[in-house]
Amino acid sequence: MADKPTFREEIAGVLHASMGNPLDMCMQCGTCSATCPVASGGFMDNSPRRIIAMINAGLKERVLKSNTYWYCASCYHCTVRCPRGIDITELMYGLKRYTVWHDKTQEGLIGPVFSEAFVKMIVRTGRSYEPVLATSYLFTLGVPEIIQEAQTATTLMLKGRLPLLPSRIKRLDNFKRVLKRIIPLGDSEE
Amino acid sequence: MKKYAYFPGCSLEKMARSYHDSAIQTLRRLDVELEELEDWNCCGATAYFHVDELLAYTLCARNLAMADKQKLDLVAPCSGCYKNMHATRAHLQHDPALADHINYALEADNLKFDGSSAVRHLIEIFVQDVGLAAVKAKVTQPLKGLRVAPYYGCQILRPRKADEDVEQAHFFEDLLTAIGATAVDFPMKLRCCGGALIITNRKAALSLVRNLLKNAADVGAQVIATACPLCQVNLECYQKLVNQEFGTNFNLPVMYFTQLIGLAFGLPPKQLGIGTELVSTEPVVCHARSNAS
Repeated sequence: MADKPTFREEIAGVLHASMGNPLDMCMQCGTCSATCPVASGGFMDNSPRRIIAMINAGLKERVLKSNTYWYCASCYHCTVRCPRGIDITELMYGLKRYTVWHDKTQEGLIGPVFSEAFVKMIVRTGRSYEPVLATSYLFTLGVPEIIQEAQTATTLMLKGRLPLLPSRIKRLDNFKRVLKRIIPLGDSEE
Repeated sequence: MKKYAYFPGCSLEKMARSYHDSAIQTLRRLDVELEELEDWNCCGATAYFHVDELLAYTLCARNLAMADKQKLDLVAPCSGCYKNMHATRAHLQHDPALADHINYALEADNLKFDGSSAVRHLIEIFVQDVGLAAVKAKVTQPLKGLRVAPYYGCQILRPRKADEDVEQAHFFEDLLTAIGATAVDFPMKLRCCGGALIITNRKAALSLVRNLLKNAADVGAQVIATACPLCQVNLECYQKLVNQEFGTNFNLPVMYFTQLIGLAFGLPPKQLGIGTELVSTEPVVCHARSNAS
């Protein structure tokens, strides 16, 4: 039997549908952290450079407790600048998925709640609809933020920029069957 | 007349309707037809990829397969949709086993991905396919003297598709120059607007938006031009919140590049969806009118 994969191998393996990402090539230059607008703004508890060092050191529990990857805006600036060819943005996606799959998402972060609500909505209708999404994250906000959100939404509504009714695709039944075939449920419905 | 399969994406149905309208109107003037992708579904945005990569690829692949069926290249005006579908196509082309798996699923909707349709961003159609000379030829009201900040944002350029230079882009400036505007040197033109963090980490996103607005104002921009609905919403609809949060006083219009092209083509502002902004674009429209020849 093969050895149990290390945490680093696990994380490298959840990228690009199991295509690896050379995390062990990281030389800790910090180009990613300096480039990252969120890290350099002081919003991440661990910078991307540090997260990679923590993964390589096998500090699994600390990595899973970090907010770094849920605060990644997916701008790919670190990715295009990494001199060692590490796709750091995809690493952040991998870490998000890792915590979702292992049900290890931290309390208090809106990212995981929002993402799961988004997925449920798409599976139901095939398209995105802001008002439904809003109900999924509003309860995680404080009162001033809810008021802000309501004000912005009202203004957008008055300008005709918020949909009153959800949009859905026409061949929704086929669409759902497509998704069912991807999750290995076989052809049970057909 | 050149024709493309058009993927509006969820934002352009309503929130960014003005982007949709101005894209259709300006391309019509350039003899380009956008045929809406039949029964398109959401591209998965960033949120779907957070949860499940395979299902997210499948969502994109369904759209790609419909474009293959229409035998047309696929155009996306939203940078996020563009990136997701471009990356999915590349990934499925390099991984036939994955493509087979997804094609098995797509059979349930009588579709098959074969990769024959390329994925393009709307701005590429103007810059590469139509060409700057043809755009320039249609200009009747050059936006002379209008100082525009070309805001590329992220996912048009990143991640890299091959080995192209992603740090020194200038096609947006070239396009603005072609319609007579002055493209200001905007040092933060490639920096992120915060994307979906506006929902999931508002504090961080507002800070990013503040930095962009400040930079554009510092270099004397009268308007920010964008090519992505999420950038537009973050920079414009949340400008008031930025002002509240940081005690600033920004009042900077944020317009789709297609709206600026439309104004330069002399199209009526209403046809370009102008008038639905939260930050008034009146100064820009007036500027265009005063240059009418």
